[in-house]
Amino acid sequence: MIRDTENIQKNTLKDNFSSISISIQSSKKKFLTYGEQDKFAYLLIKAIATLVIILLLGMILMLVNAAMPAIKEFGISYALTDNWNPVEDEFGALPFIFGTLITSALAILIAAPISIAVALFINEILPTKIAKTISLFVEMIAAIPSIVFGLWGIFYLGPFVKDILTPFLKDNFGYLPFFQGASFGIGILTAAIILAIMITPTITSICREVLKTVPKIQKEAALALGATRFEMIKIALLKPSFSGLMGGVVLGLGRALGETMAVAMVIGNSPTITASLFSPAATMASVIANEYAEADSDLHLSALCYIGLLLFLITFIINGLARAIVWKKQRSGRSRS
Amino acid sequence: MNYLTWRKFKNIFFHSMLYISSLIVLLPLFLIISYVFKMGASSLNLDFFTALPKPVGEVGGGMRHAILGTLYLVAIGSLISIPTGLLCGIYLSEFGKGKTAALLRFSIDMLTGVPSIIIGIFSYILIVVPFKSFSAIAGGVALSIIILPIVCRSTEEILKLIPNHIREAGLALGLPRWRVILNIVVRGNLSSLITGVMLAISRAAGETAPLLFTAFGNMYLSYRIDEPMASLPVQIYQYAISPFDDWRRQAWAGAFVLIILVLGINLIARLLVKIGSLRNLISRGSK
Repeated sequence: MIRDTENIQKNTLKDNFSSISISIQSSKKKFLTYGEQDKFAYLLIKAIATLVIILLLGMILMLVNAAMPAIKEFGISYALTDNWNPVEDEFGALPFIFGTLITSALAILIAAPISIAVALFINEILPTKIAKTISLFVEMIAAIPSIVFGLWGIFYLGPFVKDILTPFLKDNFGYLPFFQGASFGIGILTAAIILAIMITPTITSICREVLKTVPKIQKEAALALGATRFEMIKIALLKPSFSGLMGGVVLGLGRALGETMAVAMVIGNSPTITASLFSPAATMASVIANEYAEADSDLHLSALCYIGLLLFLITFIINGLARAIVWKKQRSGRSRS
Repeated sequence: MNYLTWRKFKNIFFHSMLYISSLIVLLPLFLIISYVFKMGASSLNLDFFTALPKPVGEVGGGMRHAILGTLYLVAIGSLISIPTGLLCGIYLSEFGKGKTAALLRFSIDMLTGVPSIIIGIFSYILIVVPFKSFSAIAGGVALSIIILPIVCRSTEEILKLIPNHIREAGLALGLPRWRVILNIVVRGNLSSLITGVMLAISRAAGETAPLLFTAFGNMYLSYRIDEPMASLPVQIYQYAISPFDDWRRQAWAGAFVLIILVLGINLIARLLVKIGSLRNLISRGSK
């Protein structure tokens, strides 16, 4: 040990001169070499990226953890029972699952054909300058906050549905079970219309991306064979990109499932299952928004988390499916063109 | 009718359907904006921006606390998520290979699709439950999770458009890679990156659902990070479902301010890109 320290002292004395000269030379350099700096930066960025991945994982785990008491209490049958009574601590999620599915399905039925038509219109028919303006307007719809949609829904769309749309539907289709019963203006139909407006920009933009991947030659070939523009769009555009368009529609469905505030404000919030589209209902997201802050029993909170978990799983699956379809389509489109 | 005219008729019919459907899509946009302007502009006055709410029954009062609260919450969310989102976007576009990148891309995609109400629950469990109080920081964290994937995605898309020879030119000058990324790739495209950030911020400013049980809302002006804080969307929600006419009037005024704020940021962001690309064109032309 002692010899070692002596050696070191000697060495340091010896090296003093050379180290000074080195330090003069290297005073302009950074204390890390460029390679080390790059490695450091890379590791820093990678650490942050890992953090974001952990964030998603943590989200799922915490949600499962919070829902655990309700999962233990009710099990899987939770999703199939329809009694919702927070006072008696009885919970079943079926009315909310029903409400979510029916409003989203109706919204998709309304929005899908129209959004695909708008995507075609912007991409194929309009000259570029007007197309840019129109697509800017369509994107503006996506930018409107959902609370404003809700406010408009209560005070404008609700009365419109009650006074104009309901009598019209009753007069013409009143024999169907969907269009019977009293209408208060707020209910499944109003919520579905609002949702349809809100998801249109999403579907339109995805469909435009998908339609862009169709090679121009393919369209020209159809026109050269004497097809009208309608036939060209049908044969050369819609058929080959069908699965991609479906991907866009499914992505819109994922949006509609998770939409909260606008729906919560116009759907009426009553956990019932009826065939009539005029009657109030509730969705999974709206019941969480309405009851979470006021829930006082632990089981009630946990039951709401359970609903949140179910909603998370559904949107997770739907979004994953849609992404897979759209990606596959775009990749194959790129390699072809 | 012979076959050719039938085909021509179908073509014309199809075209008119396209025109009609685009009208159907744009109609609600104009209806909503004009209705909000009509209802909001009439009930907007100076008090709305400078006063705090008055007790039920008294006419007047404003939403100063909510406007400031929204800005405050969005600022907290931006502080957390914009650096993170930018770095993640840089990671995906500059080093985007391997397992971590694939996982990150997947997580970002999934985060984009997570309903905002679930982000609210997450933030509630993460922050409100341990500290036993609704707080501004919980709201800020919820908003940051909404901003993060949008910033990351837009950053990745923008940086991917930059041709590789620009990076190679930087490396050939003898710069380390991180300085190439920071000084050439990022700084050269700052205006488009800012656009992505602004779009994300405008999205977050209009979010209500995750704030309902994190920042919760507050009838008083508060700057404390560990106390409930008012925000414009939550205030509008509470006023809209209330039975008082005066509160509903204020809800419309709030919606008016919110829509101007959100659409304003959105439009400015898009204009910035246009100006940026114009400037590029001009400078390229002069060379």
